[in-house]
Amino acid sequence: MSDATRTTAVAPAEANLLARLWQRTSRIDPRYLIAGLVTLVLLVAQLRYHMFGGYTRLVIALGVCMATEAALSWFDRGRVVNLQSAYISGISLTLLTKPQGNALWPFVIGGFLAISSKYVLRYREQHLWNPTNFAISALLLAAPSKVAVLSHQFGNDLVTNLVIWVFGLVIAKRVGVLHITLTYVASFLVLNGLRALALGQPLFPELAPVTGPMYQLFVFFMITDPRTVVKGRRRQMVVAALIALVETLFRLMSDRGVPMPIAFSADPALLSLAIVGPLAKFLDVRRATVRAGSPS
Amino acid sequence: MAVPFLAAILLAMRLDRGPIRTSADATRPGFVLRDATAQAGIHFVHKRPSFDPKIAGVEPHVAALGAAVSVADFDGDDWPDLYFTNSRFGEPNALYRNRGDGTFEDVAAGAGLADLNKPGEGVSMGAVWGDVDNDGREDVLVYRYGYLSLFRNVDGHRFEDITERAGLHRWVNSNGAIWLDYDRDGKLDLYVTAYFRNDIDLWHLASTRIMHKSFEYADNGGKNLLFHNLGGGKFEDVTDRMGVGSTRWTLAAASADLDGDGWPDIYLANDYGPEELYHNDQGKRFTLVTSAGLESESKSGMSVTLGDAFNRGRLDAYVTNISERGYIFQNNNLRVNDLRESRRFRNVAEGAVADAGWAWGAQFGDFNNDGTNELFVANGFISADRNQSYWYAMSKIAGANARFFEDASTWPAFGNASLSGYERSRVYLNRGVAGWVDVAERVGVNDLYDGRAVALADLSNRGAVDVIVANQNQPATLYRDQTDTTNHWIAFKLVGTRSNRSAIGAEVTIESGGLVQRRVVDGGSGFASQNDRRPHFGLGKREWVDRVVIEWPSGAHQVLARPPIDRIVTVTEPAR
Repeated sequence: MSDATRTTAVAPAEANLLARLWQRTSRIDPRYLIAGLVTLVLLVAQLRYHMFGGYTRLVIALGVCMATEAALSWFDRGRVVNLQSAYISGISLTLLTKPQGNALWPFVIGGFLAISSKYVLRYREQHLWNPTNFAISALLLAAPSKVAVLSHQFGNDLVTNLVIWVFGLVIAKRVGVLHITLTYVASFLVLNGLRALALGQPLFPELAPVTGPMYQLFVFFMITDPRTVVKGRRRQMVVAALIALVETLFRLMSDRGVPMPIAFSADPALLSLAIVGPLAKFLDVRRATVRAGSPS
Repeated sequence: MAVPFLAAILLAMRLDRGPIRTSADATRPGFVLRDATAQAGIHFVHKRPSFDPKIAGVEPHVAALGAAVSVADFDGDDWPDLYFTNSRFGEPNALYRNRGDGTFEDVAAGAGLADLNKPGEGVSMGAVWGDVDNDGREDVLVYRYGYLSLFRNVDGHRFEDITERAGLHRWVNSNGAIWLDYDRDGKLDLYVTAYFRNDIDLWHLASTRIMHKSFEYADNGGKNLLFHNLGGGKFEDVTDRMGVGSTRWTLAAASADLDGDGWPDIYLANDYGPEELYHNDQGKRFTLVTSAGLESESKSGMSVTLGDAFNRGRLDAYVTNISERGYIFQNNNLRVNDLRESRRFRNVAEGAVADAGWAWGAQFGDFNNDGTNELFVANGFISADRNQSYWYAMSKIAGANARFFEDASTWPAFGNASLSGYERSRVYLNRGVAGWVDVAERVGVNDLYDGRAVALADLSNRGAVDVIVANQNQPATLYRDQTDTTNHWIAFKLVGTRSNRSAIGAEVTIESGGLVQRRVVDGGSGFASQNDRRPHFGLGKREWVDRVVIEWPSGAHQVLARPPIDRIVTVTEPAR
């Protein structure tokens, strides 16, 4: 058999294998896929770049998130719910929270706020905020002298970045939220490119943030959270674009030196989601309720 | 459910202001640091350099180093003198001779150590002193963004440039150098750290791709160099043979026998990367230790100082980093030396001692003579327009993939923005298990200069640790230590015979009524600085010292019983 023949014979087999794998993932609960991805990010970040600064933080954040979820769900519903969401929140908090003086309390309070926000800040039995986004935004606004957000890189290692982006995009596709991720990234690039042009600033620094690990966590785990996104593919894309738009406005205000809490300059993406996300979700739930209640 | 939820938010707001209850007592520090700069006649003002206009946009950042200070008794009169470096072409360095009456006079011009900042040669970034030829007079190496220069102390008044014949005429973009005798042959060897690549001439740039390739784990900086002292005023580059050519953007180095095997090791503080410990394998080769607990954190190492933080008879390491409200909390590292037990350091920096802003030079010193070390930390990076901060611009690129930003021309322009400017130095009081507490304002340290180098010296030979700070593009500061006079002290002037005459690298351990403390004779530490070569120990109320153990660089082990206290004790190394 010639090499060419062998290649053509093998290629379909590999394609079939990939197709089978792809089909198999469709039977997996999307939450497991997301949990798997966040675990992958955690492992890469820690084993290769020692990014989260001590296992105590991980144990505390995970412990508080899962214990709070177990306790509040039992109190609220009379049963302990699946703790995967708490697991994802705990890992995201560990990765994203950078405390002053190696303090541990932000992981305790952050973990508690993340999970309890799902039970306290609800509208018609649905929580409005992505738990991790709420906790970190609250900490940044309440304690800016003690808490900052991950500003590390994955060592500028393109392979590491590529692994996370490839896995992230594949899983986002499988979970059905790829359009949200892509809409946000495209909107970020266009809007901030325009901002750079309008202000006569160099382009690279304005587009650069989206290449960092914080944004990877943001686009794969926060803005795509299935429980807090609005219903409908088109609406989801509009909300993603709006998040990028409000973020760009915050950046513009920082460019102009408009006085505002430091979190809006340091972490405009997180604050933008914390404002736009729940507002959109609230309107979405209300719209659905009105529709359901209206006579047919 | 809403009540605990709201309570958690309120608690976070409260904790933002500081701990609810502090166990460390800030009252009665037992000393005051009085600004005596003008009174002492020190009028040195550092000037920052200007570089190739191609990097004008980031020049405030690139040109933000060079204020350095080192202590040496260059004229052998037993009064410590001060040498400050300047960093602009045509601006002189200053050699302040200690008159012994609390005042100083600048004698740099007459000594031949003033006019060292010239086009084609580079600008000074610091200096480090040591008796290179063991003739009893302290010689000095000046490191630059440019050529190294070694000056032989001719007669205690004049210096002779011997760089060429010493084999040290090398262009190194250096921010630090230390003397150590790595092979214990009795002659001081030289370790020079490099920041920007050594093929870069910052005044004539072939390319603007001069910056770090990453904000973490960057290894495209200049190559550090080790020069072996062959004797006869000659040095040999042994960097590759000895395995110490780190290219990790090193800002500071310090040396001591950290693992107790009798050979001096090298500890590096690296910008954009993890700290590095090079273990000295009996003077034959250095090995980068990859399991000491340093490799796990990539921060922005600005300086490293060695001191016995908890009176265990060990030299621990304090490494400064960057913290800025709302943007980044890298936290400083206070690494307890457990090398003998676990072959690792343990980072125990928590609370105040972990955050000194954009921290630079730091030194351990017993300012109140109570028998425990305090820490003085200088800080502040660029103080320009108070209403403009570069941190927002920095946040855009610091968290991003920085391959783009290896090219300085792609950085957002600085303009007249500040970057962690107008920060107040920290003075951390050591309360043992209760932690460290900042008492800077309480003891009189209120300046908002952009501090860089910190050196400690007993300038009046009175048993107090004075603080000299070189500030970037600003006047230098001298703080006189007014210490608790009811506490006792002892200091040692060591004279090497088999070891190098300066006794650099000698380690002194005192034992006094339960107190154990260790110090090393400083061959350069902190950031761009070198302390008084005479180890100083506070004794508290203890009225005697039971035992003093001196481990000389030659390997000699000397024990002194019941030396006199409240004075500087001169000890000469035993011949055999």
